[in-house]
Amino acid sequence: MQLKLDNNVNQFANEIEHLSGCSISDCYQCGKCSAGCPVGEFVEESPTRLMRLIQLNQRQAVLNSKTPYLCATCTTCSERCPMKIDVAKVMETIRILACKEGLRPAVKAVSNFSGAFLDSVKSNGRLFEFGMTVTFNLKNGTPFKNATIAPAMLLKGKLSFLPQSIKNKERLKNIFANSSYFEDREEKKEH
Amino acid sequence: MAYGYYPGCSLHSTAKEYNISLKAVCGKLGIELSEVEDWNCCGATPAHTTKEELGVALAYNNLLNASRQGLEDILAPCAACYNRLKNASYAVKHSPEVNKRMNELTGGVMERDMKVYNILEFFRDIYGQDNLKAAIEKPLEGLNVACYYGCLLVRPSKVLNFDDAEDPVSMDDLVRLIGGNPVRWSCKTECCGGSHAIPETDIVLELGRRIFTSAQAGGAEMIAVACPLCQANLDMRQSQINKKFNTDFRMPVVYVTQLIGLALGLSKEELGFNSHFVSAAELLKK
Repeated sequence: MQLKLDNNVNQFANEIEHLSGCSISDCYQCGKCSAGCPVGEFVEESPTRLMRLIQLNQRQAVLNSKTPYLCATCTTCSERCPMKIDVAKVMETIRILACKEGLRPAVKAVSNFSGAFLDSVKSNGRLFEFGMTVTFNLKNGTPFKNATIAPAMLLKGKLSFLPQSIKNKERLKNIFANSSYFEDREEKKEH
Repeated sequence: MAYGYYPGCSLHSTAKEYNISLKAVCGKLGIELSEVEDWNCCGATPAHTTKEELGVALAYNNLLNASRQGLEDILAPCAACYNRLKNASYAVKHSPEVNKRMNELTGGVMERDMKVYNILEFFRDIYGQDNLKAAIEKPLEGLNVACYYGCLLVRPSKVLNFDDAEDPVSMDDLVRLIGGNPVRWSCKTECCGGSHAIPETDIVLELGRRIFTSAQAGGAEMIAVACPLCQANLDMRQSQINKKFNTDFRMPVVYVTQLIGLALGLSKEELGFNSHFVSAAELLKK
């Protein structure tokens, strides 16, 4: 990969630091996060490399990386970072930022899954697994994904055909409508 | 006194045997559970990876409901729900700004600080190991168990503050207490892939293969879990793992409450053992 560096080299790192509350500049590339990452071998940019790309102001490359989507949010990286950087939080921040900017998600299936899951919770207050899986398969264009699992689960009584619904839908509606992409960290920094 | 109970979505569906066995165990021990009224989904991974505030608010709303109900603590048996509820409780406690926003989003202020417990913590610290020991009727008699904690029970340790994040022992202690033999193995806190099971199945199959390989090498006859995602990914996907990697794992993956129930003298039927894809019946005949 060819990197272009300009004068404003810290711009993206500052942006991510502000949004995540994590200190990107503390990363000295030890590689511990990648060593323990369960999905490390499935991604092109390891967490270590992604941290470096942020430091090098590679906004497009980072926001289009598959790594934050394939991150399983296991937080092993955050737990082990010698500089106490919450690397998993950085991954989450990148993913949210890409979504906020309306970019095409780097891993469509993971994004479709989240969408189907949240649609289900938004309408009922509780997850309706069967409906969610059908929605996901339709969104994803993979109508028969997990098709062998569903009947087996139905037989075991582990899937219901009908959703459960909560009573206080007004509050739920407000939560979904007014939740921000990011917490406001301005005030916290001043303290 | 009744303890607050947050079952979460999984315990009403894919993890119904977790719910069944927990209720049977509590019934036997005389523990009263009071379900959080009108509880909603904790948001799990999709919420906090889509909008930061949504991930906190969905979980917070349950804490709010519980506090209004007069509950003082919440038992959240699902590791993912436990993680999210505890995270919300931590967030509002440590940031006045987040607290203010949560009050705005849900229209309510929590009346008291809500304590959230996972299942292992509940038996270790709340019900108490001595009390549990006194109630044992049929010890497991040296059953070799790989205690699998996964991610969400122990990490992030800063927020959860419950057991060692690299080498937790609470489930091992519990299994030993009920007569089982917790084996030494290397994947106690490795990730099963969690919610990637649906969108990125291949990742979950590979991670599962590693977990089974390690459990088998440790001499385990079964894996004990306290998380519906871990259970589904290892039990339901086990045949897919065998097919893909040409392996022959036949390892039951059971909830720790099912094992406690057996030690309390409850029957396999009362504990939902018929819900597993890889049956534990043969193993438990011994």
